[in-house]
Amino acid sequence: MTDAVPPKGTGPLARLEARLAWSLLAPTITAVALVVVLPLLAIFWISVKPVSLSDLRPPEMVLREDIRGDTDTAGDAANIRYRLRNSSQEQPIANVTFRDVIPEGLTVNELDTRCTLDGRSLECDLGDWEGGQRERLMIPVTVGQAFIDNGLRPQDSPADITGKSSNVLTNTTFTFDNFARVFDGDEFWEVLWVTLFYTVFGTIGALLFGLFAALLLNKSFRGQGILRGLYLFPYVSPVIAVAFAWIILFDPFSGSANALLVQMGVTQQSINFFGERPLALIMVTVFEVWRYFPLSFLFILARMQSIDTDMYEAADMDGASPFQQFWALSVPQLLGILSVLFLLRFIWTFNKFDDIFLLTGGNAGTRTLTVNVYEQAFAISNIGAGAAVAVVIFACLLLFSVFFFKFISREEGL
Amino acid sequence: MNALRHGYITAPVLGVLWLFVIATTVAVAMSFATGSAFRPSGTGSIFWGVLAGFACIRGKVWQPVAAAAVITVATLFGFGPIVIGVSVSSFSAFVGAAATAGFCALGLWMMLDDVVPGAINRHVFEASVIRFLTGFGYIFFTAIVLIPFYVMVLTSLKNQSELIQNPLDFSIEFSRGAELFRSYVELFSQFNFGTYLLNSFVISVLTVFITLLFAIPGAYAVARLRFRGRAAFSRSILLIYMVPMIVLALPIYIAFSMTGLRNSMIGIVMIYPVTTIPVALYMLQGYFRGLPGEVEEAGLMDGLNRLQVIWKITLPLSLPAMASVSLYVFMIAWNEFLLAFMLLDDPSKFTLTRGIASLNSSEIPRQHLMAGSVIATVPIMAIFLGLERFMTKGLTAGSVKG
Repeated sequence: MTDAVPPKGTGPLARLEARLAWSLLAPTITAVALVVVLPLLAIFWISVKPVSLSDLRPPEMVLREDIRGDTDTAGDAANIRYRLRNSSQEQPIANVTFRDVIPEGLTVNELDTRCTLDGRSLECDLGDWEGGQRERLMIPVTVGQAFIDNGLRPQDSPADITGKSSNVLTNTTFTFDNFARVFDGDEFWEVLWVTLFYTVFGTIGALLFGLFAALLLNKSFRGQGILRGLYLFPYVSPVIAVAFAWIILFDPFSGSANALLVQMGVTQQSINFFGERPLALIMVTVFEVWRYFPLSFLFILARMQSIDTDMYEAADMDGASPFQQFWALSVPQLLGILSVLFLLRFIWTFNKFDDIFLLTGGNAGTRTLTVNVYEQAFAISNIGAGAAVAVVIFACLLLFSVFFFKFISREEGL
Repeated sequence: MNALRHGYITAPVLGVLWLFVIATTVAVAMSFATGSAFRPSGTGSIFWGVLAGFACIRGKVWQPVAAAAVITVATLFGFGPIVIGVSVSSFSAFVGAAATAGFCALGLWMMLDDVVPGAINRHVFEASVIRFLTGFGYIFFTAIVLIPFYVMVLTSLKNQSELIQNPLDFSIEFSRGAELFRSYVELFSQFNFGTYLLNSFVISVLTVFITLLFAIPGAYAVARLRFRGRAAFSRSILLIYMVPMIVLALPIYIAFSMTGLRNSMIGIVMIYPVTTIPVALYMLQGYFRGLPGEVEEAGLMDGLNRLQVIWKITLPLSLPAMASVSLYVFMIAWNEFLLAFMLLDDPSKFTLTRGIASLNSSEIPRQHLMAGSVIATVPIMAIFLGLERFMTKGLTAGSVKG
């Protein structure tokens, strides 16, 4: 008799299950790969390419044709004029050729040496073109009666032009100028400092305010639900709406906040909240705290409501005062969720773009790394430099995620 | 700290602090409501706060009432905790003075409930401090949350010259009637906001559907099926949260420019769901795990295949989670700004957020900008308030994307 042994390896049923699982996950994986992983790889590629915004439109040949001279009576001499130019000022286009059909009733008298005529179809091989090169190609013709009768002009049949241009995104020119430019000078350190200030104080502020709000609402009373809903308003409303509301509230000329401060005698002159260093940076951080304290509040409240109340009763019996209970009982219980929130919010605040972009556009000393990506890529039109900043961001995030997995994954079962 | 724990010290200190909080609140509220001059006075607050503190120590009820009356009268004569400008109408002056004194006395009476004249123990002291902090907290949070929204709504109902004349005057002239809503009418008639609203709605709803279509099978696989790499997979979903949108937006902008997908709704509908699928998947798999597996096994035994089990058993059981996820995804898509801003140039395809961004120019009056903001905020608020239970659950369950 043989002993019963548990089966080893994966059986056919387990394989079937795994196959089903992967096929259910396949759409998600594909979508995420296309929209997240591919762009991430592309960022690395672009960051070592000398690409500017204008390079996104590849150079092409521009051709206009018309007919010059008298074309009123048969036998008139005229010229078909082709005006050609390279749309790019810098980049060459190779092997330029064009094809056109000469309208009926026009007899070609003389041909440019680079062109051939086969019946009505004209074909020209114009060779390689430098950046910004332009040329006028004239083909003398004699007008026949058929042309006048038909009324078809040469430009009515569009010419077909081809040429090969190399695209800077796909060729093999590489450069480290982008990185050199990003790390160049004091600007980078200022951006880094601003990012750190914004991230650290934004995160801690949102956590502390969230904790305070959660302590307020961690008891049942009439209207608790309303207040809880109200305190979530900043988080659920569109960022663009609240950002503009803040801009208008703190407007230096006609903002209510300034009018209020002047009236209360806090200040004599109106303050340009979003336009002065270092006030602008403080203001965007305050905005961040204002907008995201609801999130911390919600999480902390949920955790608080799951704490056993027996503990507090026992502490009360033992004579612990409210503050002692808070420090010795609540804080240790909340430490887990607080550290999770801190790390998550830290990373998301680091990644935040919209808020600062809308409030100050990165001016007045509020340019964080993410705003710098936009600034480099679109304001200075240097996409390569923008991508280089993005690579720097990505490196920082890798660093954070190491921390994240080391410390967080044990907490709260994330 | 021990010195503080004495009725004759705790009461006046809390009295001063509380009166100053109340005076500031009333001054701000009255200024915003009437546009006239109210301001808190530091010395007034200290003097009357000490008095009110003593009056509200445990004792007879007439003491705080009398203190409130005295403070009201003093304020009307110009010596109170708030200073009222000369041009203020006597009615609003009275309301301001009475509110300051009343709320001050009421709050202190509640705070100093157990505080007796003489030494007090730590419990009583801390309880009164906590009551003070609670009162302050309610006022503070309600004020900071409400003021920007208040300014948003009321600015949208005013006109440019009124705003510049007195930025504090938010009083509404109801005599203007329908004229009040002129900015809204203009946005819908001249600025195409009807189209934007429709675009935003269509895009958000499509995003919800596509997200669910992708996330439900994925979440089910992660929650229920055993396969190698499951743990790694469910963790790496979270990693996708951590990629900043602006980093992705740059290559997407380039790719869309080159393929002609920029400036098209299809492009937006292709991108939005991918940003929400990971969140939805993570939320749903958490919920699926909590469902009893026996029901599904019973279904399998009765001859359903896996897909039928999902459709006929799992989905009906998880309708509340679906509602939370859908609302949350809808909110993300509705509020999305960056991608819409970068990818859409053609006004006929704008979403609401992109439409509002286009109003931000010096030629367009500010009340239009605020009216646009209100139009974008109201639907999401309505949904939020109507379905707050689901929404809050969705926000908490998803460990939430910022």
